Amino acid sequence: MEQVWEKAYNFKEVMNKPERLAGGHRMCAGCGGTVTVRTVLRALEEGDRAVIGNATGCLEVSSFMYPYTAYEDSYIHNAFENAGATLSGVETAYRVLKKKGKIKENFKFITFGGDGGTYDIGFQSLSGAMERGHDMVYVCYDNGAYMNTGTQRSSATPQYADTTTTPAGKISTGKVQVRKDLAAIIAEHHVPYVGQSTFTANFKDLYTKAQKAIYTPGPAFLNVLSPCPRGWGYEPSDMMNICRLAVDTCYWTMFEVIDGKWVLNYEPKNKLPIEDFLRPQRRFKHLFKKENEELIPLFQAEVDKRWEELRNKCE
Amino acid sequence: MAIRERLSGNEAVAYAIKQINPDVMPAFPITPSTEIPQYMANYIANGEIDTEFIHVESEHSAMSATVGASAAGARAVTATSSCGMALMWEELYVAASNRLPIVLALVNRALSGPININADHSDSMGARDSGWIQIYAESNQEVYDNYIQAFPIAENKNVHLPVMVCQDGFITSHGVENIMLIEDDKVKEFVGEYKPEHYLLNADERIAIGPYAVSNYYMETKRGQRQAMLDARAVILEVAEKFEKMTGRKYGFFEEYRMDDAEYAIVIIGSAAGTCKASIEHIRNTTGKKVGLIKVRVFRPFPEEEIARALANVKAVAIMDRSEMFAGTSGPLGAEVRAAMYQAHAKAEVVNYFYGLGGRDITVSDFERVYENLEKMAETHTVIGMYDYIGLRK
Repeated sequence: MEQVWEKAYNFKEVMNKPERLAGGHRMCAGCGGTVTVRTVLRALEEGDRAVIGNATGCLEVSSFMYPYTAYEDSYIHNAFENAGATLSGVETAYRVLKKKGKIKENFKFITFGGDGGTYDIGFQSLSGAMERGHDMVYVCYDNGAYMNTGTQRSSATPQYADTTTTPAGKISTGKVQVRKDLAAIIAEHHVPYVGQSTFTANFKDLYTKAQKAIYTPGPAFLNVLSPCPRGWGYEPSDMMNICRLAVDTCYWTMFEVIDGKWVLNYEPKNKLPIEDFLRPQRRFKHLFKKENEELIPLFQAEVDKRWEELRNKCE
Repeated sequence: MAIRERLSGNEAVAYAIKQINPDVMPAFPITPSTEIPQYMANYIANGEIDTEFIHVESEHSAMSATVGASAAGARAVTATSSCGMALMWEELYVAASNRLPIVLALVNRALSGPININADHSDSMGARDSGWIQIYAESNQEVYDNYIQAFPIAENKNVHLPVMVCQDGFITSHGVENIMLIEDDKVKEFVGEYKPEHYLLNADERIAIGPYAVSNYYMETKRGQRQAMLDARAVILEVAEKFEKMTGRKYGFFEEYRMDDAEYAIVIIGSAAGTCKASIEHIRNTTGKKVGLIKVRVFRPFPEEEIARALANVKAVAIMDRSEMFAGTSGPLGAEVRAAMYQAHAKAEVVNYFYGLGGRDITVSDFERVYENLEKMAETHTVIGMYDYIGLRK
């Protein structure tokens, strides 16, 4: 079988594929989560059937408000913490019904969760699903906080971010802890494919990783930085710029782990200082106050340390 | 010919699952239901069954995966006990409101704390409002028979509700009893092939399950569930009638034991009914006093009018609860039976006792004392020991 991702990437062709997430849903303007869903679903080959899963979160409450659904494919939302387990039930049903000859068609299984539903409350369910080897893709649209409930910190929230449960205040500089590296943790499950991505100018990176995740047999995990205008505090029109700064400062790294082999997909020609990523976002505004001037070098040191660790893994 | 066997309650359920050969079974071990997935794993390991087992990492995921499999169009089952079902709690509601015909083998065990592995009904009684049909058993034979009947009830197009098939931990689940098993082909025919109407893997129809539905639609979904519960009543009786034709074993919403002429009645659920029956025989044989029993089999939907009718002519009733609900007043069975009797303008004196919490034994003489209390209550029109715990340490 030809590996679908080996076809040359043609931006115009890809963008002209029919949408599998219909317009008219109620996600915010400038929401990265929606872009993640559309890009990942676009990576399905036309004509291929899929069942889409979804953890509770912004995406679910905005894309399937009874009686309207934005999904062109069959879809299941169950609860917040169990997108992994739910889709593992669907995928197992598929295998057994196929074996019994009750269904003939081929289906793919893709589930979406925010970082709250993936890094935190749904972590166990995700880990179980990955370990059991279900042929499914779990996509985390990581916007770095519990955005659906109003920007509470998660274990994906970057250090120092001002969130509604880690507010910057007279004696607080925002979130105390550094963020969890979930993609690496899932890679340690020895699954065949893990990819970390965000939005680049032509979306080739995310699109190609989504293709690989969907069409690699077995469990796959995609971690996609998906900016949130309300939680991060940027103008909706700046989303692509924010993503560019995230990768050019090496705050967000683009890599994949294919059968245990780590591959670095993007190395900026000029690694930008972390201030460039922090400055346009309201959640880091307090870091630019005189009294907090020692924090940005600490943030930079953490970014540099992780970047080096990643490069070492990818060598 | 039916097969004469000796099986524990867990073996009986596992054997029924093997005969039914469901599509998917996600399950997680917990005492005392652990044996059910163990037996299933052995059947699968030896190629005796096509079921796909999902080795989930928790009971929450067990029910989540069962919901996913059922929504996908599979016949999906699971088994659990106590804290395992408590961990599933959220998903019990999701399963019921999504109208998924899941069958859960529940081996009743006390909820923590303190941690206790023995029988009481705190797990299932806590889930009585979750929208599941609940069917209870006195014996291994009953749990086997109830399990087989659960599928045509759950999957009936007027019902589409999940069913909890309950048995008492250790007493029924591990106690080995004589049992009559039904031939495989008869079980398969009785249960039938599962043909879902709307499901995720239907190539001819795309559907979406699990919407966000707030004040403008939520209430109608609840009314729909209520209607399904109401409609389930007739279906439960039809299935029982069909089952009786196949096996000769009669089932209803509850069993009336020596109630024809009874003046003093106990209402109870589960295995303790057997002990109560022994006390009835002893009392009737030694004193001739007219004592009887109502053993509730179907707690959800609750057979309100039928129970009230069955108690219409008694002088005094003791409702026996094997779980607390910490109202400071009734237990769950007590509250519902008394409400039913009030509605029917019943004349009987009523008392509500708690017994057997965390597996505490209840004996024939305990039941004899209860009947003595009922007799005194009827004579004096005074309730004796309302909400007392039977067998409490001094």
